[in-house]
Amino acid sequence: MKKLAAFLLAAVMAVSATACSSGASSSEASEQTSSASAETKHKLLMVTDTGGVNDQSFNQLSWEGLQKLAEDVPGVEVNYSESKQESDYATNLDKAADDGNELIWGVGYAMAGAIETASKQNPDISYAIIDNNYETVPKNVTCVVFRAQEPSFLVGYVAGKTTKTGKVGFVGGQKSGVIDQFEYGYKAGVEYAAHELNKKIEVVSQYAESFVDSAKGKAIAKSMYSGGCDIVFHAAGNVGVGVIEAAKEADKFAIGVDKDQSFLAPENVLTSALKRVDTAVEEVSKDAIDGKEIGGKTYSLGLTEDGVGIPESHELMGDETYNAVVALEQKIKDKEIVPPTTEEDYNTFINELK
Amino acid sequence: MKLTAKILKKPIASTLIAVFFGFIVAAVILLVAGYHPGQAFSALFHGIFARPKYISNVIIKATPIILTGLSVAFAFQTGLFNIGAEGQYIAGAVSAVLVGVKLNLPPLLQIPAVVLAGVLGGTLFGWVVGYLKAKFGIHEVITSIMLNWIGLYLSNFVVASSAYHMPNSTSSYPVNESSFTMLLPNWKTSDAGMAALKQHKWLYDVMLKTDVNFGFLIAVLMAAFIWYLLYRSTKGYELRAVGFNRDAAEFAGINVNRNIVDAMVIAGALSGLAGALAITGTAPHSISTLAAFENNGFNGLSVALIAGSSPVGCIFAGLLFGGLLYGGQSVQQDVGAPTEIINIMIGTIVFFVALTKVIPVLAEKLEKRGAAHVQ
Repeated sequence: MKKLAAFLLAAVMAVSATACSSGASSSEASEQTSSASAETKHKLLMVTDTGGVNDQSFNQLSWEGLQKLAEDVPGVEVNYSESKQESDYATNLDKAADDGNELIWGVGYAMAGAIETASKQNPDISYAIIDNNYETVPKNVTCVVFRAQEPSFLVGYVAGKTTKTGKVGFVGGQKSGVIDQFEYGYKAGVEYAAHELNKKIEVVSQYAESFVDSAKGKAIAKSMYSGGCDIVFHAAGNVGVGVIEAAKEADKFAIGVDKDQSFLAPENVLTSALKRVDTAVEEVSKDAIDGKEIGGKTYSLGLTEDGVGIPESHELMGDETYNAVVALEQKIKDKEIVPPTTEEDYNTFINELK
Repeated sequence: MKLTAKILKKPIASTLIAVFFGFIVAAVILLVAGYHPGQAFSALFHGIFARPKYISNVIIKATPIILTGLSVAFAFQTGLFNIGAEGQYIAGAVSAVLVGVKLNLPPLLQIPAVVLAGVLGGTLFGWVVGYLKAKFGIHEVITSIMLNWIGLYLSNFVVASSAYHMPNSTSSYPVNESSFTMLLPNWKTSDAGMAALKQHKWLYDVMLKTDVNFGFLIAVLMAAFIWYLLYRSTKGYELRAVGFNRDAAEFAGINVNRNIVDAMVIAGALSGLAGALAITGTAPHSISTLAAFENNGFNGLSVALIAGSSPVGCIFAGLLFGGLLYGGQSVQQDVGAPTEIINIMIGTIVFFVALTKVIPVLAEKLEKRGAAHVQ
């Protein structure tokens, strides 16, 4: 009985002691943060879409960009907030506004509506969104879009030059304006190569209706490879991880997207259509910190702005193809070739090629 | 000592102790992961209570899981394990969208129609499980897990179908505005409404920055209804009797099979209601492609567990869970702890609640010890 009472007493004391100490240290901590906030002049935050911050795609790249910014520019504090459901967008953006962030990033077109509402509620805060353009851009929102058709055209050309079976594949996430850029840019690139080589190359394309279901990506790619494709390009976020896995198993080629995905399968990732989301996030954030007027603007980034491209390493495609791609890159920069973004543009592109 | 033992024997006390221990273990985990627990917890509580609109958001977040929790708790009381709350929730949300997008009536007719559609969706899923169990003796856990996946892919199918897919997005069209169950949805965004609300800062925050809706009231009413049904009605007596002992119930002249189907139908309806109210009450008022479950139903399992399957307890357990989910986001934004750590924290608390059965046993021992000393 006494032992028990003593134990309980000890437990209570221990708890109260830790409570006191934690109270004291947290006040210390808050002092620290307050002194730190005197030094940090800028607070930035990004809200991910439901893909999460480790999506191997634009969420991760955006976060890398922000982290780089915090390293390079003194006095910048960056943070992120993960959305688990679509209904989290609004609440996460709202909290970000309360925390005194001066620029808030929304990653992905799924957040277009939420960003627009938040920008109306907090006219003093700047917002930026990746991969989305509004018909009329609100005055405190900055849109960052990529001309993804340009690197897609380049990788399409590489695919056309490299294919031995004369059949290549495309796996898309979900039919949308953004993914159309990839699909038709790629198809046009393949067609351009076919025209140059004077042969016929078939492109099969299929949608996974998802950006996260890598098992589905794998299944689609598998059937493409067994159907005679020897190269598959994907624009489908995490679904593409499955595509690359299938390429590894079938010992065929896959083409990565957004970032250089060769680390996933060095022997099988032919090249990647880069979208340098990280540099874009970093640059736009820098402009905002420097006090430049960025609201109401849309940044369209392509080869000329170095916002897209393909990686320099080219062991798998060989020097000859790579040099041809570099020449092609220049032609796109000079506007000699304008890669198509929609089915309609693609058809006119094909007709002009003949 | 007797008093302590008596207090410890109450389920509420053991639950509170479990929550407390959950926090302590979470603190240790945070410490090990390199985050200051004091800071993390202050961020958590700040994120829940600091502003009226945060509290409002917690209530909004808690609404669906109170209802799915009720669904699971109700099924528990009738001897069924409703792991299918997730699928029933999805079925409710999908049915609400199916009707709400195409139908456009005045709100007084539209809201009941949309909500009822959702309830029916959930009911159908519940009925299938109950029927298969009653007729063929197939275990409800197996059928309802399968139905969860059917629900998930059904939802993705609807989102991808040309009639419902919103171009350039990953979601369906939102339901028509006449189905919204927020508090004064049109007035609050009008100029007059904005001007009136501007005078009260907190009201402005709560009304315009959160989706205050009637869902919580309905959840509370439902909890009261389920309590009445279970403990104050003949039907509830029958349902519970079947749960306690099927054979005894049958011997007593209760139609066991019928009660199993009824129990699953009611459980399904509750989860379906949760899905429908989430669609009508909160942005974005649409369903989107799901890669994995959103856990509204599975969190209901945890809520029912914390509540000890008490219908009224579900309200408080749901609020606790909603608070942890919503406040957890602040821990991540303010302290920088990854969401995984926060999920571990929530998991720990639930784990300890699951262990609460230990506490009454301890209390019993305490009592015996006291008795030994008297002699």
